[in-house]
Amino acid sequence: MSILDVFITALTSMRSNILRTLLTMLGIIIGIAAVITGTAAGEGAQQGVTERIAGLGSNLMFVRPYSPDSGGVNLPGLGPSLFFEDSKQVVNAKLPCVSAIAAQATIGAPGDFIGAQAIYRGKNIDTLLVGTEPTYQQVRNFYVGSGRFITQDDVDKKALVVVLGSGVADKLFGSADPIGQNMRIFAGVGGRFGITINFTVIGVMEARGGSSGADEDNQIFTPLPSLQARAPAGFRNARGYSNIGQINVALAENCDEDAAKIDIAAILRKARELPPGKENDFQIQSQKDVLATATEVEESFQILIASIALIALVVGGIGIMNIMLVSVTERTREIGIRKAVGAKRFDILLQFLLEALVVTVLGGILGVLAAWGATKIAAGFDIGGKDTKYAITAQWVMLGLGVSAVTGVIAGVYPAWRAARLDPIEALRHE
Amino acid sequence: MIRLRGVTKIYKMGSEQVAALGGVDLEIMDGEFIAIMGPSGSGKSTLMNIIGCLDRPTSGTYSLDGINVSRLGDAALAKVRNRRLGFVFQSFNLLPRLSAVDQVALPLSYRAATNRKKLAKHALHMVGLGNRMNHKPTQLSGGQQQRVAIARAIVGRPTIILADEPTGALDTKTSHDVMELFRQLNEQRGITIAFVTHEPDVAAWTRRIVALRDGLIVSDEPNIPVYERQVQPHQQTAVEHVVHAMMEPGA
Repeated sequence: MSILDVFITALTSMRSNILRTLLTMLGIIIGIAAVITGTAAGEGAQQGVTERIAGLGSNLMFVRPYSPDSGGVNLPGLGPSLFFEDSKQVVNAKLPCVSAIAAQATIGAPGDFIGAQAIYRGKNIDTLLVGTEPTYQQVRNFYVGSGRFITQDDVDKKALVVVLGSGVADKLFGSADPIGQNMRIFAGVGGRFGITINFTVIGVMEARGGSSGADEDNQIFTPLPSLQARAPAGFRNARGYSNIGQINVALAENCDEDAAKIDIAAILRKARELPPGKENDFQIQSQKDVLATATEVEESFQILIASIALIALVVGGIGIMNIMLVSVTERTREIGIRKAVGAKRFDILLQFLLEALVVTVLGGILGVLAAWGATKIAAGFDIGGKDTKYAITAQWVMLGLGVSAVTGVIAGVYPAWRAARLDPIEALRHE
Repeated sequence: MIRLRGVTKIYKMGSEQVAALGGVDLEIMDGEFIAIMGPSGSGKSTLMNIIGCLDRPTSGTYSLDGINVSRLGDAALAKVRNRRLGFVFQSFNLLPRLSAVDQVALPLSYRAATNRKKLAKHALHMVGLGNRMNHKPTQLSGGQQQRVAIARAIVGRPTIILADEPTGALDTKTSHDVMELFRQLNEQRGITIAFVTHEPDVAAWTRRIVALRDGLIVSDEPNIPVYERQVQPHQQTAVEHVVHAMMEPGA
């Protein structure tokens, strides 16, 4: 019997019992689709995290106040603080490795005691008010979309102007153009105890689309001195310096991060008059440090995905095995008939091998397509948030197809081999 | 030519051993038309399965056209079944979902044969089913299904056709048609036809009748086929003789 004959026999046999073929295939389709959709969601989430971190700017460092004694807790006016003047010292040092610096102070960060509300014509939303410098755009790789960003002139004049994040603009102004409009921002506790400042909108940032944790589109930018001049007392200190939350430092290309850290630390220690031997009361964190932390999270996430997918694969494989075993065992009589008219053991084996292969491979391919469709639909309906991505990866597709083919073939061929070993009359007596 | 020497078949039923055949010597020449009779449990189906290479003897030798088939392996035996033999079953044993023409072409798919469809259609024409080519077994009557099975048995041009109770599931009229078909295949094509039956009027179509009881041959007589017989009411035919022999043990 030629291989073409075996193929025709297998296809004829599959077509002649199309319901059995389709049901067997359905089991495989569902198993494969479940594994691939699950892993695609996991992989997509992981890629999303990586992308967001990369989106911060690939060579960004943050300087934040740090108290070794109080375990990192910092409240305005309590513990160590960073000052705008510290930031200026770093700028003046003109380090070759530093391409841009932007100090920033914020009101309304999650967990902060003092909140910020943007108010316009009766609508108000909670937001993050960021006082910063014109260099912020370059440092954070985050640019104005329409209108203009804060200029040095605004900083010098302590102008009461704001640049809105695209999310803030959408929520407060809808389709109207916010540029040139006057709006108010309340900074205080519980919406009652605090101050309200009037601002003029000068620009709207480009949409970032960041979602989990800090939504970068839900921020309002104002010149740092404007914020400090009007801010609650906590933003000023006894020396007349102005507190800032952090210094954003963008490094030049191909610069040694660790050397830059040492240089910046030396300047800050001098500016902050730390005696030798005293620990730094600030912390410099690079993008690499943030990535390292995220990678640890990703790795445990990856293990979780893999174990769920493997369980699904094993369960799917057992399902495939069960279906193949039942469908082949009930065909023992057919095997007897085929042997009676002259089929060799090998012919029977080849036929069932090919049938199992066609069913599992075709089922596997349909399963992959089903998974692809499911992820497209899920992404289309924003299931899991608008930024949840699905990434179908080749390795899981291969593994899924491989497992289904191997289990399908073993389960399809083993009982056929057992039946083909019987004398024809034994197989024919099988009911 | 079929030659069996001291063929036995022993089944194990739990701890007990049951001898279905207790040492059978039998020769069937080319071109013979022969019936094997016997009550149920006489071992006639077992004998037919062994002759048809569907089963193997426990001991003894079976040679077919000079080949000792009791020594052949799976592949060689499959080839014998495919090339030299055609087997017809009482329960037809058709594949439930294949059309008549695909059923008949099945044996040809296990050999290097060209224009299988054409040969299958020709065989169906020969058994009078030229107008039922694409019917599935469920769309055919019992007699038609048995004729599909016969077409499947003859499509490979075997020298021997074996049948186990071929008319057992059929009514008298249809049985008559099947026997007429066998007679034509035997007379016009010279095919050896051997079948098992327990019906005397079916056995009466053949030229030789072998009777089996308790796994042993108890009689082996020539027979004048019913269609050649002159009406001679007082002459006991071979069939009547055999039936008589079976009814009265020791007669």
